[in-house]
Parts: sequence; structure tokens; C-alpha cells
Amino acid sequence: MKILVAIKPVPNPDEKVKIRPDGSGINLDNIKMVINPFCEIAVEEALRIKEKQGGEVVILTVGPKAGEQQIRTALAMGADRAILVEVENGLDSLAVAKFMAKAVEHEKPDLVLMGKQAVDDDNNQVGQILSALLSWHQATFASKVEFVADGKKAHVTREVDGGLETIEVSLPAVVTTDLRLNEPRYASLPGIMKAKKKELKAIPGASLGVDAAPRVRVLSLAAPKERAGGRKVADVAELVAKLKNEAKVL
Amino acid sequence: MADILVVAEHQDGVFRKTTLSTITAAKALAGLSGGEVDVLVLGSGVASVADTVAACGVRKVLLGEGAAFAKYLAVTFASAVAQVVKEKGYGAVFAPASTFGKDFMPRLSGLLDAPLASDIVGLIKEGDKVLAMRPMYAGNAIATVELSGSPLLFTVRQTAFDAAAPAGAKAPVEPISVSADPGATAFVSRQETKSERPELTDARVIVSAGRGIKAQENLKMVEELADLFQAAIGASRAVVDAGWAPNDWQVGQTGKIVAPELYFALGISGAIQHLAGMKDSKVIVAINKDEEAPIFQVADYGLVADLFKAVPELIAEIKKLKSA
Repeated sequence: MKILVAIKPVPNPDEKVKIRPDGSGINLDNIKMVINPFCEIAVEEALRIKEKQGGEVVILTVGPKAGEQQIRTALAMGADRAILVEVENGLDSLAVAKFMAKAVEHEKPDLVLMGKQAVDDDNNQVGQILSALLSWHQATFASKVEFVADGKKAHVTREVDGGLETIEVSLPAVVTTDLRLNEPRYASLPGIMKAKKKELKAIPGASLGVDAAPRVRVLSLAAPKERAGGRKVADVAELVAKLKNEAKVL
Repeated sequence: MADILVVAEHQDGVFRKTTLSTITAAKALAGLSGGEVDVLVLGSGVASVADTVAACGVRKVLLGEGAAFAKYLAVTFASAVAQVVKEKGYGAVFAPASTFGKDFMPRLSGLLDAPLASDIVGLIKEGDKVLAMRPMYAGNAIATVELSGSPLLFTVRQTAFDAAAPAGAKAPVEPISVSADPGATAFVSRQETKSERPELTDARVIVSAGRGIKAQENLKMVEELADLFQAAIGASRAVVDAGWAPNDWQVGQTGKIVAPELYFALGISGAIQHLAGMKDSKVIVAINKDEEAPIFQVADYGLVADLFKAVPELIAEIKKLKSA
């Protein structure tokens, strides 16, 4: 099975972002960039499928050249080769999906795996848009992927409000990953050495004839209202008294 | 501006309240840029859902019934909504930012080549432009975004808009003819999380458990506290990952976003991702033995204590109060 895995670099999600004073974006100084955690789960799933049934795992990033570093990490985890569609930062989901569609049309994978959401923009859009552009089937928020009918179809269990839901999609399809799908492996030292020699093909986005004019533009960022938290109580008795008399919730 | 369409959410014919805050958001747009708000109900045997939304002060309810919509699928719903939007010329489409809206709305965006703002928490007007506010970076930044093109698509964060209340005379329900071919996508099964408790997103009180709970059997204590409030139970990612709680209990950036009147965080350290899902709660109580835990920074009442001593004590104290 040939699997295309789309990955996106994001600022380390365990660090609280700082907004630039002029609201034009976030301050990325001294912030480590990592593979978006959901994309990392997608890479892991692709590797497990390949280990079980053979095939090829191709990494795709649509973004600036700096993303090469996270691509190398995915290659070190075990992916076979990679494509970087070089575009400027800050494209909207529609534009990103259109660039991805070009790569998919060229590569013709059986399956596209990607994270359900990038933890920077928190949009949760690109996989679904891509499947619409390709007229492919979609299965979002996957916590389990099983192949049936000689690998022509997949049963995807999805994390939804109220529980879990399983749908059947025929391949090719776009599957977006949720947290419980797997636990991604770390890149091994030999993996890191090998990754340096793996093919990473850069394609200038401008050469693909995609209309990337922004349809959703982020005009500014502002900090949310801070909570006035931080007060402590000494014991349960004080907690109950405060909840009753001050917060009036008991 | 052209009229506005809200896509109603239901689970196999059971109306979901997420639709009500979505109607409020749609009305907010109508208030800023004109147009009337209609609701589309897609499904099979969903006349009662149409009847419920008809009472919410909308112009009319479009009822699209058919066997193809008996089970929700993104492929059928997105293509049906696209048909309705094209035929009737709607200028904007709203859906809840639940796993329902998050699934089919981006697909609709792809089908119509239309801009989508996810998970909006506000709408404002600047000059003649309507701008949407939406959280990014786990809620640590609120972005102001401008959409261009048509129709404009929005998914709505339930906690950010009040539920639309019944208003005036019932709107007419207009059956419409709409079809969709699921192709080779099919519903297989659904595993419902069974619970007598209110839904997390509707609950007045939530008791949430984190890694500090240490073992699944200790959730009993959490349930006992929740029982005193008819509360919903939430969980941090660690608890769900460990298999102690079902996935749809997870509160956080990519799980449920909640804003109850009272939120108990028991043994929850307060990772950025968890805070993103609950920091708009009115009153937050945190009990954790680690006084450095980040949860205390957002808690109105923090108690540094051993969970296994403090929670039974708390249960006893509240019982005493209730019987007094």
C-alpha cells in the first residue's frame, strides 16, 4: 500500500505561546518547532501499516523550507521519502489542501493519512477539504484503522461526541488521526543516520498553478482574557465555606 | 446580505442542543449584515427535530428527509448542504463545532471553494466587513479573521453563544427534495458511551479526573462527588489514554470545550491542552498534591492536598450541608 502522510511543523505545544505586542502573530524566538502531534500519529500509523503489509510511506509538507527539519524527523522514524511543496507561511486551509491535491494527483497513493488538527491554528479542516477536492472518501478523528476486502476498503473507528463510531470507506481515502490511534515511536539513532540519505524532493509551490489567494485571513491575534485564579484554600472546610458563601455554588 | 442557513445537529433523530447556540451565532451575523436565518434538518424520520427548531425564532425550517441521510455521513451531508446552498442562494452556513460540524463543514468548504472559520467565539463588524473571532494555539490567542468569497462558512463554539430560546410563533417547516449518494462510504456501527449524567457540554457542574486518580477504581470517588451535583464527569487526556474513561469524556483543546458554573479538577496538573477546554468555567476548584501544578494558576479555589483524603472529606461536608 502506498501511503502519503501530510505533516506540519508547529511550535512546541507544551510551551505557552507569546503574542507579539503588535498582535501580528506569535513570537517564535527560542521556540522549538516540532511535528504537529496529530501528524506524528499519522506517520506512526503509516509505518505500522507498511510493516504489516508492505508498501511505501511518503511524507508531504506544504510550507516553508524550514519544515525540512521535521520532515527529516519523519524520515528518521522510518518513512521512505518526502516531498516539500515550498510555499510561504500562513496559507489558509483551502490553499494548503489545493497544493496537497496536486501532490496526491502526482503520487497517486492508496491512502492519505494526516492529523485531524494542527495545534497551532486549531482549524481541523485540511483533510476534509482535501478529500472533497479529490472526490475521495473521508474518515476523520480515527482511533482505529483496519483494512478489509483485500485492502480495498478500510473500517475506521472515529472518536465522536457520545462515543465511538465505525464507518467503512473504500480506498483511496483521506483518514485523519485522533489521539488514541497509536503512540508514535521515537526516531532511532540508525534511523536518524539513514534519514540523511533519503530522498527529499522540494517543489516550488509557484510551479504548480494553484490559486493560493487567501480566503481566510488572520488579521490580528490578541491574548484571551486572563482568569483571576491562583487563590488557595487551607483545607476542605475553608473550600466548602468559600463555595457556599463567596461563590454561592453550593 | 443573502440569507443564512444553520445545519441542525441530531443523533439519529434526537435533537442536540449544540444547534441552539449555533442559531444564536447565525442570528448575530444576521444582526450585523442582514438576511434571515433558516435551519436545515437532514435525516430520516426527523420531523420532531424540525418541530423543535421551528420554535427557536427562525424564519423557516427546511426538512430534507431520505434514506441516504438515515445515518450521518460527511459525504452525504456535505453534498446535500452544498445542493441546498446553491439552489437557494444562501450567503452563509453555520454548524456547531462539534464532531458533527467539524467533520462535514470543511468538506463543504472544499466542495464550494468557500472560506470556513472554525470554532468561532464571536462576530464583529468593522466598517462594512464582518469579522470572526476564533481561538488558536489552544486558546492562548484569539484571532480576528476575515473571510472572503461566498458562501461564508462558520462552525460555532457552543460555550461562546447562548442557547436560542423559544421565541414567537413556530416557523413553517418546508419539506425539500434533496439527494446524496454515499458512494462506497457506509455506516458500520456506533458504540454509545452510556450515561445517566448530563452531557459534558450541557452540565451545570463538571467533576473531572486527572492522572492523580491513579487507578480506574478510584473514579468511584469522583462519581460520588458528581452525584451530589447531578454533574457530568470529565477527564484529562492521561485518564482517557489509560483506558479508565471513554474518549468522549476528554476535556481539552481537541476534546470537549466546556464552561460550566462549577468545575472540579481532581488530580489534574493543568497541561495547556486541558486548560484550553475548561478555562472559561465560571468557578474552578482544583485539588492536587503538587502545589506547583499549573492548574492552580487558573483555579479560583486551589487546595493542595492528597486527593484520597480531601475528596471523601469534601463529599462528607457537602452531604452535611445538603441535609442541614
